Amino acid sequence: MRRGDLLIIVPAYNEEESLPAVLVEIREAVPDAEILVVNDGSTDATSRVARAAGVLVADLPINLGIGGAMQTGYRFARRRGSSVAVQVDADGQHDPREIPKLLAPIREGRASLAVGSRYAAPSGYRSTPLRRVGAALLSWIVSTLTGVAVRDTTSGFRAADRRVIDAYARLYPVDYPEVEALVYLHRQGLRIVEIPVVMRERRGGRSSITARRAIYYMAKVPIASVIGALRGRERP
Amino acid sequence: MGTVAPIQAIAILASLGFLALIVNLVRKRRLAEEYSLLWLLVGIAFVAISVFRGLIEQIARLLGIFYAPSAIFLIAIFFIVWLLLRFSLIVSDLARKNRVLAQEIALLRLEMDERTGVESAGEVEKP
Repeated sequence: MRRGDLLIIVPAYNEEESLPAVLVEIREAVPDAEILVVNDGSTDATSRVARAAGVLVADLPINLGIGGAMQTGYRFARRRGSSVAVQVDADGQHDPREIPKLLAPIREGRASLAVGSRYAAPSGYRSTPLRRVGAALLSWIVSTLTGVAVRDTTSGFRAADRRVIDAYARLYPVDYPEVEALVYLHRQGLRIVEIPVVMRERRGGRSSITARRAIYYMAKVPIASVIGALRGRERP
Repeated sequence: MGTVAPIQAIAILASLGFLALIVNLVRKRRLAEEYSLLWLLVGIAFVAISVFRGLIEQIARLLGIFYAPSAIFLIAIFFIVWLLLRFSLIVSDLARKNRVLAQEIALLRLEMDERTGVESAGEVEKP
């Protein structure tokens, strides 16, 4: 396989604790893949531990948030000419051994984007009732707008083909982008499929989600999704 | 126009001062060209309103507003909302451009690292 044909994008913001183990696991799971860590302006040693692991590191000079960091990865993938890009969280929630499962529908041409879902399979993943209500609402929005039943709309464990790489390199939503990114792809006429995966608890560091942000998220995402649906197909 | 009430004197002085401030900011190139005209017009409007006391009443009558001061509020609020929207548009555009630049810098540095084989050690100067 050509260098960079399969690219694993790992967006990381202050993940020095969990990142090294995640990178080792990715290497074991997909030895042929090229790994890119997008360091989103971390204030800790994220960049250093990633470089020590011998992977590619793109250091953003300022913190752009997950949307801006992901788009950096997709822009790199486009320049590299990668045919598949997989995004994996740096906190260890995603098990790299599940990557081949996400790759299968892409390689077989069944879909352009494969989303790893924690709800589509029984797993050890713990969730609160409030979270489940929120997840159900987002899922309903995405299903209504796209006609695709996606249960884990906020999952950042995704595999993308060349067309998705192209679309995301051109435009990636900012500010809690996961849901909008799905709606956007659907508008581009690209097919999405959800694949059940087992997710784990984060290994170290801490989640950026606070109660206030969760409320903002639940207000912002539905509005943004509906506006997104009004946009129709766009070529930015 | 009649006698000059203290409040009118204050209003004239304040609006002249505002106009002088704008002119000075433009002169020093601290205010971008595209806004300078706008703010100069605002400054001139302030002066005009405070010098000609009857102006507001006339505008109010034209608009069919019975209580003249509400004409000022109406115009001011419309103007401020419009200006805020404009600024939001400009800020959004700047944020987008800023994001693209940051991404380009990160990718160029990565490319440089790859070409030279020397790591830039990941140290990013904080602004």
